[in-house]
Amino acid sequence: ELGWLAARLGAAWLSLVFALIVLPSALGVSLGISEAYMWVLVKTLEWATIRIEKGVKKPQPEVLKTPAANGIIERDETPMEKEVTGLHRMEFQFSDIFYFCRKGFEAIVEDEVTQRFSSEELVSWNLLTRTNVNFHYISLRLTVVWVIGVIVRYCLLLPLRFTLAAIGITSMIVGTTLVGQLPNSSVKNYLSEVVHLTCSRILVRALSGTIHYHNKENKPQKGGICVANHTSPIDAIILTNDGCYAMVGQVHGGLMGVIQRATVKACPHVWFERSEIKDRHLVTKRLREHVADKSKLPILIFPEGTCINNTSVMMFKKGSFEIGGTIYPVAIKYDPQFGDAFWNSSKYNIVSYLLRIMTSWAIVCNVWYMPPMVRKEGEDAVQFANRVRSAIAHQGGLTELPWDGGLKRAKVKDSFKEEQQKNYSKMLVRNGSIG
Amino acid sequence: SVSHSQITRLYSRFTSLDKRENGTLSREDFQRIPELAINPLGDRIINAFFPEGEDQVNFRGFMRTLAHFRPIEDNEKSKDQNGPEPLNSRSNKLHFAFQLYDLDKDEKISRDELLQVLRMMVGVNISDEQLGSIADRTIQEADQDGDNAISFAEFVKVLEKVDVEQKMSIRFLH
Repeated sequence: ELGWLAARLGAAWLSLVFALIVLPSALGVSLGISEAYMWVLVKTLEWATIRIEKGVKKPQPEVLKTPAANGIIERDETPMEKEVTGLHRMEFQFSDIFYFCRKGFEAIVEDEVTQRFSSEELVSWNLLTRTNVNFHYISLRLTVVWVIGVIVRYCLLLPLRFTLAAIGITSMIVGTTLVGQLPNSSVKNYLSEVVHLTCSRILVRALSGTIHYHNKENKPQKGGICVANHTSPIDAIILTNDGCYAMVGQVHGGLMGVIQRATVKACPHVWFERSEIKDRHLVTKRLREHVADKSKLPILIFPEGTCINNTSVMMFKKGSFEIGGTIYPVAIKYDPQFGDAFWNSSKYNIVSYLLRIMTSWAIVCNVWYMPPMVRKEGEDAVQFANRVRSAIAHQGGLTELPWDGGLKRAKVKDSFKEEQQKNYSKMLVRNGSIG
Repeated sequence: SVSHSQITRLYSRFTSLDKRENGTLSREDFQRIPELAINPLGDRIINAFFPEGEDQVNFRGFMRTLAHFRPIEDNEKSKDQNGPEPLNSRSNKLHFAFQLYDLDKDEKISRDELLQVLRMMVGVNISDEQLGSIADRTIQEADQDGDNAISFAEFVKVLEKVDVEQKMSIRFLH
């Protein structure tokens, strides 16, 4: 009796999901359900913000309002030369140590780099426990809303999203394997695009994603290289929701490996074995061959090499900019109020990360397609990479940092310290005289 | 005195540096800050946080060391004339800097200690002879009692015209 009821409910549930979400995704239409959800969400969060501000003003005179993006301390940007030497004297003073000392302490209190490897702090609480850092109990009403939020997110949204994700991934594997059986032809390419787009759309809905694409006329063309800032593994899905790309990456095991092997049959994605990826020349050569074939889909690359917290763009590795061809820069900026997309891989593994994403309110982001860029005469790969990076940072409203994202795990190179020592030495022995 | 929000922020910073999540910081935790790792005096600065012979510093110790860098005008607000001299007084700021030079903590900066610190700041770019001359000249100018070393009093005298308050202070924005 009970089993039969459960089966009936399960079937009803699945048919609802198919009718309301999967089918529209396949056809590329929207029924407006997500829009309605977002509207309710925005209203609720606005209400919560007002209540928090009212609540905080009563007990404490100090209000933690300004976002951490402005920094906690005043950083003195006076260059070494000005601070250390003063106007006339260019010789060692005991006070020279003050410059290094203060810079050191400033870095200890707040540094530009390590903060990029943890999630951005919110201005106002968004009713998720995980972001509740500095906010205290305000009122009963707010707590009730929070509890409702927890129930909605874990009991309603999470199962729904999980179902969708399962459908999306399964369709991707099955669909691409089927299409892969066809002989190479324009029909095959067309079907491959349909499968990839549909599955991406389903997966985006599995995250309650609301994405605004800007400047679609600049969308990456075939034979080009699409370059974007990296915040999360879902960046790729965000982009494939609106277009077809040839993915580039390392071969993984497990479910990811299955997806990779299936999709490459339908569409020429570029997957590298672990051993191959260490050989930079091999990688560049293969990508160059792909890009040279103008009938092939644009490749998608994230030159930072690692996930950054979406407040800044870190150093772009020059490898992607040595391939040649046209670069299509894309800026992706997530709105942290609805859900934190950043994957802090040292803190969470991929499963915990996906769980957190699926129990957030939504993933809201803006994607800007930017005009294509090519390497200029006399510009080397590093300069070109920096130029593209500036453009992306500027468009997305992110700060630019010359530091390597690899510093998440690795130590900084000694050459930077040596550079500082060199600069200081120059001041001591200026004009050949010894001070 | 330090505001509630500043303490919260510094505690937040402390915990984010504490990778092993055991309530204390080790030298490695500080070394992980790239801007500090490339500072020529990075090791001396890190050392200032760790009391003699210790390898761990807790939040209290962390705050104590940072307190040296509070701006002096903060003291005017507390006006506690009878209490001990605050850590961020001009004299204590100078003593903090003095200890960065005084490697063996004997309250004197010897020629050898000065040379070692100079070597940290210039790296490989200046020869031993040149560096030796710089050290000799510096000590000669500051040494008043002729013992070829700099005591704290002599150190203070040399820096009497320097705006220590401005150079050795960090201002919070909130």
